[in-house]
Amino acid sequence: MTIVLEAKNITKQFPGVLANDNVDFDLRQGEIHAMLGENGAGKTTLMNIIYGLYRPDAGQVSVDGQPIVIHSPKDSIQHGIGMVHQHFMLIPVFSVAENIMLGDETTRYGALDRKTVAQRVRELSHQYGLDVDPHALVGQLPVGLQQRVEIIKTLYRDAKILILDEPTAVLTPQEAEDLFRIMRELTEKGVSIIFITHKLKEVLAVADRITVMRAGKVVGTVKPKETSEKKLAALMVGREVILKVEKGRAKPGAEVLKVDGLKVHDKRGLESVSGVSFSVRAGEVLGIAGVQGNGQTELVEALTGLTHSPGGQVWFAGSDVTNRMPRTITETGMAHIPEDRLRHGLVLSYAVADNMVLNTYYLPPFGVGGILQPKAIDANARKLVQEFDVRTPSPYVPTSKLSGGNQQKVIVARELSREVKLLIANQPTRGLDVGSIEYIHKEIVAMRDRGLGVLLVSAELDEIMALSDRIAVMYRGQIVTIAEAGKVTREQLGLWMAGAHPEGLSHPHT
Amino acid sequence: MDWRRFGFIALIIAILFSVVVLIGKAQISPLIIITSMMATTIAVATPLTLGALSGLYCERAGVVNIGIEGMMLAAAFFGWLAAIYMNTIFLFAPMPSLIVGVIAAILTGGLFALLHAALSVTFKVDQIIGGTVINILAVGITGFLNRQLFFEKGSIFGGNVPHAPGVLPRIDIPILADIPVIGRIFDQQPITWAAILLVFVTHIVLFYTRWGLRTRAVGEHPRAADTVGINVFYMRYANVIIGGMMAGLGGAYFTLESVPSFEPLMTNGRGFIALAAMIFGNWTPFGAWAAALVFGAAQALQINMQFFREAIPPQLAILQISYVVGLTPYILTMLILTGIIGKNIPPAADGQPYEK
Repeated sequence: MTIVLEAKNITKQFPGVLANDNVDFDLRQGEIHAMLGENGAGKTTLMNIIYGLYRPDAGQVSVDGQPIVIHSPKDSIQHGIGMVHQHFMLIPVFSVAENIMLGDETTRYGALDRKTVAQRVRELSHQYGLDVDPHALVGQLPVGLQQRVEIIKTLYRDAKILILDEPTAVLTPQEAEDLFRIMRELTEKGVSIIFITHKLKEVLAVADRITVMRAGKVVGTVKPKETSEKKLAALMVGREVILKVEKGRAKPGAEVLKVDGLKVHDKRGLESVSGVSFSVRAGEVLGIAGVQGNGQTELVEALTGLTHSPGGQVWFAGSDVTNRMPRTITETGMAHIPEDRLRHGLVLSYAVADNMVLNTYYLPPFGVGGILQPKAIDANARKLVQEFDVRTPSPYVPTSKLSGGNQQKVIVARELSREVKLLIANQPTRGLDVGSIEYIHKEIVAMRDRGLGVLLVSAELDEIMALSDRIAVMYRGQIVTIAEAGKVTREQLGLWMAGAHPEGLSHPHT
Repeated sequence: MDWRRFGFIALIIAILFSVVVLIGKAQISPLIIITSMMATTIAVATPLTLGALSGLYCERAGVVNIGIEGMMLAAAFFGWLAAIYMNTIFLFAPMPSLIVGVIAAILTGGLFALLHAALSVTFKVDQIIGGTVINILAVGITGFLNRQLFFEKGSIFGGNVPHAPGVLPRIDIPILADIPVIGRIFDQQPITWAAILLVFVTHIVLFYTRWGLRTRAVGEHPRAADTVGINVFYMRYANVIIGGMMAGLGGAYFTLESVPSFEPLMTNGRGFIALAAMIFGNWTPFGAWAAALVFGAAQALQINMQFFREAIPPQLAILQISYVVGLTPYILTMLILTGIIGKNIPPAADGQPYEK
């Protein structure tokens, strides 16, 4: 097979990191070439270089054997390279056709020719099995369809090489299956695909070849038949990894959290949680599965007191904490690992030691008579750094200097270093490396075994299945069902996440 | 722009008109009062309309521009100065002098906008600060030069202000202006006509052309625009400068169309009211124009009330004080901006510098 794209000796230095270190990569005609690696391994940097968003410090990109110079996406588009970014590059208030033609507009007598573009979009949808209405507003389409718009956008520009950056991160398992079908259809029609991901299962299911990157270097290129999840994980991390979480049976105790008919509005004032009810017992992990944006964020904000809920009740440790101040709820014994650690979990410019007392600084021994006690704060920090294995040069470096995994450990250490009865962990491992994920998972199971209730919210189905004792599925602001973890399959969960009603199980709202 | 908004605007204009009609009908027929109010409304809405269009180009491209006030003030001064130079020093006839004045005003607006674009697009200065800089700069420069050139001994005009070449003449629309009584509405000065024309042009440009699609794209999601090869910086610069030129034309209204003289601070907050009109018009040209007409009507109320001061009944004696009536546009601005009606949706990336 001919090589359509080749990157040779690509090197890219960012301040403080060597993001790409002499990387070689090639893509053959009509193949799906997976690019596997942890966050920060340099996959996205390499792709951004190929797509023209970054300029390499050294190295050469060739298309069809011809060395090319790429200054901007305009050049790469001209060479038939299209990219679907992890965060969609779509304008919500524009129609599908407008989004697709943007930058490559068809005009008649100086005016936009929406009709011709819509026609061309319909042709492309038909040709590649990507059904979408060209006149729909993009902001009103579900995520899966938005992704199709992105793919059509590249095909509209005659892309022969398609880069998909973490395309499954926002999809349900079924939508992901659908995407894989589309990918195969595209390769049959001669398109070559680079598929960037950190999910091992997907890579094995769909790729023709797999290139693994670690710390800015290519550490190997393998065929799916010759490898396994375990081997790929080891290649990604550089050591043996335990992918399976070891945990025994749960010994559930008394109810610590009870939520009854809770309603929450999102920032635009739309109802995003529409009357959910569930409870968490001591010594169990209740996982909340669901595709991002189905109300999980707002639910957690309401439980932790960060947002006001207009209806329903929350009972925690025997008292009504509905719409109480976050501090009251925290003091009652709720620990919270927020979804966005950079914005809601840490004050990045503060020292590690200060972040570790963010919710207790006003209490003795850290604050006496309104004065902070540096000695107590220092002792606390040194103890926690040791206990939770936070890798930091000193407790006094700004928290922003730590890696994502260590930042998360700072939060976990702070939240769990006091007497708590319930841990709410929202996307606790998002963006972390495999080693840190392993650590956080172990910690969550240990908490459960110590008799804490755990409410785990995650968009990663594997994480939910590995840790939960019971699984609640959220879809469009409602809990579709709550099931025993051992009794449901991935496929079933996937269907519920996509809105299918469980049969034989009672719907919570009927 | 939704119908509720237009309904609200129509209601306010109707109320403002009725006040004048009720007070003045004893002296003059209501039809004449309404016609005169309409003609005045359209004319005095001109700087507001142009200011709102100025804001529209900037903000649709993602740059907040609160410097419109300053751009208008500077344009009013330099446009007027250019016209005087042409007329009294180079001895041009009044009409060409005025035309040069208008061009100078437009260029002044463009130049100040270039400064704003440099500050906010290239140097990523907080855009509110950038706009404030322009407002302060304009007040300082115009005040200083006005005094230095005209009122200092030994200055070029030797301590006395020369006669300006007058104001731009009215242009009437042939058949419409001949209609008895209401024909007066179609007899306006050129910058007013230009403003109305530019409302339509802006609507077409924004929503039916490639330029408009790209402008809105960089205002909504600059990175998305960048990934399809659109030069975000270029689009922002160009639109801010176009916006500045609109403000410049709006500034020319003050000294070349409305009155033939310059006074320090003569824009008197019109640039900010224009911004309010743009917001109330939900970042659309027609919406902004409609809102500008509301403020215009409030000013027309003030102007027309002067004729009927004696007719004001004693219960409403407070309206005899011209300052009270003069407050109307500003009170309206506050009322309207408190969001009485509907939700305003600004461009998503409005005010955010683009980091590559």
